[in-house]
Amino acid sequence: MTYHEKRSVVHILSTIALTATYFPYVMNNYMTPGMNTEEILIFWSKAILVLIPVTIVVKIVIMILFSIFNAVATREELPKTDERDRLIELKASRNSQIAFGLGFVGALAAIALGNSVTIMFVFMIGAGVFSEVIDHLSQIYYYRSGV
Amino acid sequence: MAKHKINNEIRKLRFLTDEMTQEELADKVGVTRQTIMAIEKGKYSPSLELAFRISEVFEVPLNEVFTYGDTKSSK
Repeated sequence: MTYHEKRSVVHILSTIALTATYFPYVMNNYMTPGMNTEEILIFWSKAILVLIPVTIVVKIVIMILFSIFNAVATREELPKTDERDRLIELKASRNSQIAFGLGFVGALAAIALGNSVTIMFVFMIGAGVFSEVIDHLSQIYYYRSGV
Repeated sequence: MAKHKINNEIRKLRFLTDEMTQEELADKVGVTRQTIMAIEKGKYSPSLELAFRISEVFEVPLNEVFTYGDTKSSK
């Protein structure tokens, strides 16, 4: 497995682990039963706004640790990024946007079908995680099969 | 309809240029060894700029490094 493939696997695992840890935590500690629609909107908005910097910091720390461990284990320098890497990132990003778009439509459909705002946000967050996973799975696929 | 792809003679040209390694070629043209490997295997078609840089390293015209034809002819 190349550096880029390993990095993508680490990204996928960290995204899933972070989401699976963060949302149950905030829902158990800050979501109270009987909240009205406005309070639920404020809750989810705050939860997502806090998640953004948390994700950035956690991912930076994880990638630094990964780079250190990988350098120690393989004794290889960090590979530089070239035109093939950029093309793969672009194609993976396109796939990721399609995946998020589908999730966004799913979230709107959930509301249109009469589900609660919480279900809509769960769909939106699920779409975010799904698109991130699709992004990195696409990168692994393109690195292995070619572009 | 026959499937077309870009074929290349990089492996042969490396061998004829003092058995240049993929790493050496990669350093000279400013990409990673993985990219040179992918080009040699036909898994990546380089940009025009990179193709020209590769042909400059081997000091041959571009059409002696890359050809466009049937998939079968690349083997």
